[in-house]
Amino acid sequence: MPDLLTDQRSSGDGPIDGVPARTSHDAIQRRRRLDRRSVLVFVLLSLIAAGSATLFLTWGVNGYWDYALPRRLEQLAALVVVGAAISVSTIVFQTLTENRILTPAIMGFDALYILIATTLVFMLGSETVVGISSVHLFALNAILLVVVATLAYRWVLTDTSRGLYTLLLVGVIAGTLFNSFSTFMFRVMEPSEYDTLLTTLYASFNLIDTTVLRIATALLVLGIVAAVMMAPTLDVLTLGRDRATALGVDYRRTATKLLIIVAGLVAVSTALVGPVLFLGLLVANLAYQLTRTQRHSITLPAAILISITALALGQALLQHVFNYAGTLGSIINLVGGTYFVILLVMESKKT
Amino acid sequence: MITVDSLTKTYGDTCVVDGISVKFARSGITSIIGPNGAGKSTLLQMVSRILGADAGTVEIDGLDVFSAPGREVAKKMSILRQDQHMLARITVRELVEFGRFPHSRGRLTPECLVAVDEALAYCSLDDLADRPITALSGGQRQRAHVAMVLAQDTQYVLLDEPLNNLDMAHATGLMGLLHSLAVDRGKSIVLVLHDVNYAAAYSDRIIALRDGVIVCDGPPSEVITEHALESIYDMPFNVHQLGDERVATYFR
Repeated sequence: MPDLLTDQRSSGDGPIDGVPARTSHDAIQRRRRLDRRSVLVFVLLSLIAAGSATLFLTWGVNGYWDYALPRRLEQLAALVVVGAAISVSTIVFQTLTENRILTPAIMGFDALYILIATTLVFMLGSETVVGISSVHLFALNAILLVVVATLAYRWVLTDTSRGLYTLLLVGVIAGTLFNSFSTFMFRVMEPSEYDTLLTTLYASFNLIDTTVLRIATALLVLGIVAAVMMAPTLDVLTLGRDRATALGVDYRRTATKLLIIVAGLVAVSTALVGPVLFLGLLVANLAYQLTRTQRHSITLPAAILISITALALGQALLQHVFNYAGTLGSIINLVGGTYFVILLVMESKKT
Repeated sequence: MITVDSLTKTYGDTCVVDGISVKFARSGITSIIGPNGAGKSTLLQMVSRILGADAGTVEIDGLDVFSAPGREVAKKMSILRQDQHMLARITVRELVEFGRFPHSRGRLTPECLVAVDEALAYCSLDDLADRPITALSGGQRQRAHVAMVLAQDTQYVLLDEPLNNLDMAHATGLMGLLHSLAVDRGKSIVLVLHDVNYAAAYSDRIIALRDGVIVCDGPPSEVITEHALESIYDMPFNVHQLGDERVATYFR
């Protein structure tokens, strides 16, 4: 719109056509400076993550490399997959729901996964389930979760007649409800079925289910690629739903795609280590604070690196310093839960 | 041309917009006035597809707004909403850059950067460009959102009460800016206004809504009359001709 600017520029000191060139040059300079900060953050986070991973691999091996290394590598791979899945699913979900406190785990996605797996065992019977390979079982669970969660949460999220907080409350209650259903089925289940369920379902950080690691990794890569491809759209969604619509985002279709990504990634992490309530909250918010931006091309990788650090370092400390006196899950929930309360208090002070 | 046909929105038993059909020309300034609750904002939100309609259609240059790809619509039409509340912690420049999203999908081209700089300069935001949005006053924030709409560079620009939060100098400045957009660049500006005198001074056409239907539609000389205004707002008006300006007083 140069024709409109002449009246403002004629009183200025520079030549008329020189002004936009200078200002856009400034813009590029600023962009570079910002990127330098991001690069620094990334280098530091990568170094810390690599250090934590190395520590996890090498601490207290005592010369039994042949035995320890392959096992620890597999465990580390699982931790990396879990960390990445939780980070990406949380950030995508928080952008979609326009808040920084609720996560898929808090909204009951993990509980829904458990419920689906439980229902499957309950309906099919333990003999059938034992007959199915764990890879197939995981695929079945994951597909069911993606379908059910996407349909249910899309319905909740895209209904504009109710306020967001009502809808989020619905999610929290849904999570509790899913848990109650699962617990109910445990109680009425044949002991043999319950046994099958425990071995296929209740993984934890000390008992990582590595049989499904390959397919989980494949699903993770798919999810991350999809999330990164949608990063510019995610950025626009941080402006809020109406502004995103005005800028040409087809909200319903985008929400569906994002929910599919979130549900797929939740299936990955829950299958490997079970539900982890507060890790996503912790790493997503640390990533926002460290990078001081909302651009997803920066926050997503930062959160992945932070969660790899948290998991590898946490597990190493747990094994060698605390001698398994507790589980990584409970420590994360302790730290993350405290952080959750702090965030809530800060948020209520702000408004 | 934006063609609105029998657009309807009902909340419970209340019909907020009751089968409105109207056409907006490809250029010029159209003001929508009317009392609170007349359906002005609802109409604008439905035309810009932020709000779904219960019935009726909106076409923009032959493109059905509700079914066409969002991006194509966003290249033709931008909207400034009434509510400027935002959670995102971004700078003014980043906000304005989002205005280029329909054109560049997040990868800013050199033309985008120029458009962003011009929009910032145009709204006198150069000095504030790197401030976080949350650190701005209401008026500055309003200007930042106007700059985003300008950066989007669409033929049709819809604004829902753009003078909210602006002092007289900035309000007149913004209206002057919209005027030059319409005159110099042939844009079509549709805006909801509460101040009938701003509407009288700048509009090519004024549409008055009341209870979800159009009660007056015409040039300022037809709508800014004592009789018409009294029937729209249910209160006494005095309309004065001062030079070539028509001014309504209603304060006492």
